Amino acid sequence: MEKIKETQGSGQINILQDALKTTIEKVRDEKDEKTKRKLIRQIERYNNRIDMLRSGRRISRQTRKNLVAYSFIAPNFIGFCVFTLIPIVFAFALAFMNWDGSNPVSFEGFNNFKRLASDTFFKAALKNTIIYCVGTVPLTMIASLALAIVLNQKVIGRGIFRTIAFFPYVASLVAITSVWKMLFHPSKGPVNNILFTFFHIPQDALPQWFSGSLCVISMILFSVWKYMGYYMVIYLAGLQGISKELYEAASLDGAGTWNQFRYITWPQLSATTFFVVVMLTINCFKVYDVAVMLAGGGSGELTVSATVLVYYIYQKAFIDWDLGYSSAVAMVLFLMVLIVTIIQFRGQARKEA
Amino acid sequence: MRSAHRKEIIGKIVVYAVLIIIALAMITPFLWMFSAAIKSDREVFKMNPFVFIPKVPKWSNYVDIWTKIPFLKFVENTVFLTIVVTILQLLTSSFAAYAFAKLKFRYKNGLFLAYIATIAMPWQVYMVPQFILMRKMGLNDKLLAIICLQAFSAFGVFLMKQFYESVPDDLCEAARIDGMSEYKIYMKIMLPLSKPALATLIIFTFVNTWNDYLGPLIYLKTQEKKTIQLGLKMFISQYSSDYGLIMAGSMLSLIPVLIVFLCLQKYFVEGIANTGLKG
Repeated sequence: MEKIKETQGSGQINILQDALKTTIEKVRDEKDEKTKRKLIRQIERYNNRIDMLRSGRRISRQTRKNLVAYSFIAPNFIGFCVFTLIPIVFAFALAFMNWDGSNPVSFEGFNNFKRLASDTFFKAALKNTIIYCVGTVPLTMIASLALAIVLNQKVIGRGIFRTIAFFPYVASLVAITSVWKMLFHPSKGPVNNILFTFFHIPQDALPQWFSGSLCVISMILFSVWKYMGYYMVIYLAGLQGISKELYEAASLDGAGTWNQFRYITWPQLSATTFFVVVMLTINCFKVYDVAVMLAGGGSGELTVSATVLVYYIYQKAFIDWDLGYSSAVAMVLFLMVLIVTIIQFRGQARKEA
Repeated sequence: MRSAHRKEIIGKIVVYAVLIIIALAMITPFLWMFSAAIKSDREVFKMNPFVFIPKVPKWSNYVDIWTKIPFLKFVENTVFLTIVVTILQLLTSSFAAYAFAKLKFRYKNGLFLAYIATIAMPWQVYMVPQFILMRKMGLNDKLLAIICLQAFSAFGVFLMKQFYESVPDDLCEAARIDGMSEYKIYMKIMLPLSKPALATLIIFTFVNTWNDYLGPLIYLKTQEKKTIQLGLKMFISQYSSDYGLIMAGSMLSLIPVLIVFLCLQKYFVEGIANTGLKG
């Protein structure tokens, strides 16, 4: 029995090898790129089949390799697929629907987006989010870069400074915002106390940090404080990648500190800056907790002067159960992030070209 | 020559002055928190004279917080969630990253593109459909929902893959010739090498899960399921003028994160530098 199988196998191998030879010859003569590629794939398949028959395995070596690789990816990919990819696809569809989560879904076309145009609360949320971004992104970038440059030099206690600068980033928002609310308390807080005692600002002119138009500014200040340590670490890593020889050559040419920064540090860091700006912008657009905790009242409700996009998404979805409309707001958030990322990518590509 | 020397000294003074001011700005809120946590409500805002540690420190704030709200339950939930999420995240993403960095297989680029495309996608864009999906799966008001939400991020796979790519291929190739299976190469060679990247990922995952607010707010509704952040926020809105207690609770919520960070921080800059997080 075994013998017959083996001879059958070797017969098949011969047939396959002949086919392989003719295909290889065809490839040599073929001019058209597309058919050529097709034929090459055919050759691969023949090779695999021959390999399979020779070794007597049921599955080929390549399939085995694929299966091993998929077994590595599967645990993460299945979770990622179910809990991230599917909801994302769903989110795009939902923006064109009207649904309250229990009754039948109805298709609405662009109606949700038309509603956005006349929604004053949405417009306020969009405006505040953009102001917050425009304030936070450059300030955080400059502060973290400056700090990184200072901490990249030989200063005493460098390690301690680095650690301290990272403290705000790891601290929980609930805890640390409650401290900020104490420090900047309008009537009792130490900041206003100092303004009152040392700068003689009258009691009724003291800034109300967490209401009205000052709200967004307080949010910006807080965010710069909280997040600069994180971006500082990223800049530090970038700075350590710059070759020391560049600076040595520059100082031989008599370049001062400013010129060294302008002609070496800044251009060398352009990839890092690209990454920092993109991450900062994405993180700023999705601001929610900072606003709710600094400016929200007891129940965490935000007024027009402090509302942000994610807050509106949350309200529309989980309070009003207007899921389609909420997804339309989410699409606006997505578009903003996409636009900024594309602009940054373009700028980066031009710089490298 | 002398003026150059003087310039250098002035430069040094400026650098240190800036550093000290920034360090003070960074640390003051934490010092305030520590100080206010052991003060009575009358002393909290007292400014002249300001005392850092009151004559009679009110340590009882640290005891009362456990009885005023079910703080122990919140701590239990948060610790459970954070540990499970961190372990799952480390295992699954380093596992997947190994395949993406060191193995050749069909649809590799397409699969990786799916990960990359979602990195710039804020979670807030798809949190609503995700909630509906999880509710359909019966995960609403279950701790498991938060685990599913946090444990399979594209970020982890990306970070680990960048690190593995900096490990020379020859190392794996040599091991393969020695007859090691891919699983063994991952366990015996790659994992021990990737300490800095793993430490970085631990810090990010731990901090994110421990401090997450919006995720638990959406999913966890009943009191016994809530996390420290939700519990603390609830306490703040109920007893908004009990500053001493609020600060004591806040201090307690910070300690675990600070410990994890301080233990792993020596790997941290190295980890960021090698994982391509700098761009």
